[in-house]
Amino acid sequence: MPFLSFEKGTTNRPMVAGEVLDTLTDYPEMAARQFDGRIDTPEAWAQAWVGIGADAICLRLISTDPDGDARPPEDAADMVTRVLKAVDVPIIVYGSGNPGSDAKVIEAISATAGRVVLGHAEEETYRTVAATSMAGGNPLIAFSNLDINLAKQMNILLTDFGMDLGTVIMDPLMAALGMGLEYSYSVNERIRLAALSGDRMLQVPMLCDAVPAWQVREASEEGPGLGDPSERVAWWEATTALAALLSGADVVIIRGARAAGIVIDAIEDLMEVA
Amino acid sequence: MPTAIEFFKMLPKTNCGDCGFPTCLAFAMQLANQKTKLDDCPHVSDDAKTAMAESSAPPIRRVTIGKERTVEMGDETVLYRHERRFDHPTAYAMIINDTMTDTEIENKLARFGELSFERIGETISMDLVAVRCDSGDGARFATVTGQAAALGMPLMLMVRDPDCMSAALSVVPDQRPLVHGLDRPLGMAGLAKAHGAPMALRSNTLDGLVELVENARAAGIEDLVLDLDVSTSRELLEMGTILRRNAIKRSFRGLGHPFMVCVPDDDHGTTMALVATMKYGSLVAFEDIGPEKALPLFVLRQNIYTDPQVPIQVKEGLYPINDPDNSSPILFTTNFSLTYFTVASDIERSRVPVWLQVVDTEGLSVLTAYSAGKLTVDHVIKAMDASKAKENGSDMLIIPGMVARMSGKLQEASGMRVIVGPRESSGLPRMLKDL
Repeated sequence: MPFLSFEKGTTNRPMVAGEVLDTLTDYPEMAARQFDGRIDTPEAWAQAWVGIGADAICLRLISTDPDGDARPPEDAADMVTRVLKAVDVPIIVYGSGNPGSDAKVIEAISATAGRVVLGHAEEETYRTVAATSMAGGNPLIAFSNLDINLAKQMNILLTDFGMDLGTVIMDPLMAALGMGLEYSYSVNERIRLAALSGDRMLQVPMLCDAVPAWQVREASEEGPGLGDPSERVAWWEATTALAALLSGADVVIIRGARAAGIVIDAIEDLMEVA
Repeated sequence: MPTAIEFFKMLPKTNCGDCGFPTCLAFAMQLANQKTKLDDCPHVSDDAKTAMAESSAPPIRRVTIGKERTVEMGDETVLYRHERRFDHPTAYAMIINDTMTDTEIENKLARFGELSFERIGETISMDLVAVRCDSGDGARFATVTGQAAALGMPLMLMVRDPDCMSAALSVVPDQRPLVHGLDRPLGMAGLAKAHGAPMALRSNTLDGLVELVENARAAGIEDLVLDLDVSTSRELLEMGTILRRNAIKRSFRGLGHPFMVCVPDDDHGTTMALVATMKYGSLVAFEDIGPEKALPLFVLRQNIYTDPQVPIQVKEGLYPINDPDNSSPILFTTNFSLTYFTVASDIERSRVPVWLQVVDTEGLSVLTAYSAGKLTVDHVIKAMDASKAKENGSDMLIIPGMVARMSGKLQEASGMRVIVGPRESSGLPRMLKDL
């Protein structure tokens, strides 16, 4: 299990992916402040993340939403290219989450190739993303809804479709601290244990997104006796990420610079050779 | 735990029924399931009783600290919470040292009390006060112990000099504080025994702990807490995991005791506290901790120690989201916490004012509750009547897409305009904005 050197040990250090958005609408002020104004362009923002110590970037192309800014997929691909130029770490790219446009966006960005991981394939709509992934050779994120069997089912679907599991990263949905974290913690542990005891269809790296911690009201609300909200939300997100890591995550997506600092130090401390 | 067959071998096999079960085998099966105790058989031999007590003792000894208010630790039975559950939540202690001024001590004790929060019907808070003698002065240590004891919380007393410990124990003679001799743990054996108090043993190696435990047991003390004297999260995780695995798998019985760790008041210390909470720690002692770190930590403990077999439930009722008024729609969902959290957060994200009616489905999710007959038209109407939903909101009722089938009957029974919502909660923001 994770970080235990008396077992085989963790050979690949878990990675921290810093979140970058292509629009600041709806981005919390409390998070923005932690970057000292270096988030005006996704390129600068990605560079700021690398400076903080992030191992990867998670770029969410929110403005491609046809119901929102409706930026065309070509613009999105252009942005991915610029971010790729700005930093030399892998980039996990998500569309806006709108099923109407995501497939086209993913198709467009796969042409940028290189260090791009495609987010994400779901049970209903995996075919386009999987086909794009196979055509361009980009790994993809296989999303499932908080259930070991669904996670496995997703991987089976992708394999049946012709994908090599070596290019799949699974996202079994990390519930934030206070929002059902215990379900995710146990689902992750069960996935890990099943993989270790030989279930080939679960032997793929795991990605967990800690950003939903920012949606938890208790994490950032003001109140007497609750202390500094920006420090609290940092620990809320870091705790979510740490629970993901101890239960088996290989990549965690983080929004806050302060939370990322805590998690990077924690990984260091967990990997420390005594 | 011995198996039913192992128990059966110890029994007289007369099927006399004196234990209340028809046969010895039936009784043995109940024993193996921990539903009854061996003493219920009046015919079992003393030798068998001793042998069974030995092998049926909990893999990790249960240790109780305190008297009126107590903290229970140990007695865990699994490695992973999904296998059954974790039973005794990690306890948190705040350390007061006796070189602080009286005002500083008062302030810290006050802050200790303030680290208490209400959350889903539970109070989550600190559990013990630890008093550490940094002054080397027994009289001072005893005075501060008295101050701390006034809070009425379980105590841990930390000092290497037995005379100082004796002075402090005389202030709280029968309160069963955790007696901690720091780097000279065995020096406290006599005192712990005399006061019937549990004792902490500190070492930075497993071998060191084995030796300390053997000596403490030889001195007649069984209620032991192992203090892992480690400086990295990795050592904490590894030692803690080895202790738990050996105890549960019974590969080595020498260290079947709860363990603790002391952490500094910095990021690293908080990280170690989080690791200890997830991975088997029974007690974390803090030099200090602020509320912005304590709340996430307490919530993590609450999450991890939730019984996986009992879903957390939200109270039935009408919940206002985004400041709704009498023109806002009513939307219902079940009282399964995960369902509620997801739906509430998706509504919040939409920024559309909504009254969220939670229907008591005994903690089942929408589709499960519907299939089990726990989410029927009657249930919804009853819940809305009880919460006076119709008087608060508009006549529009949004129902989960998963139960679209009840829309007709519900419209009839409620007299409201029923709208079928999305099947997945993630579709709510879009649907609400389009209303």
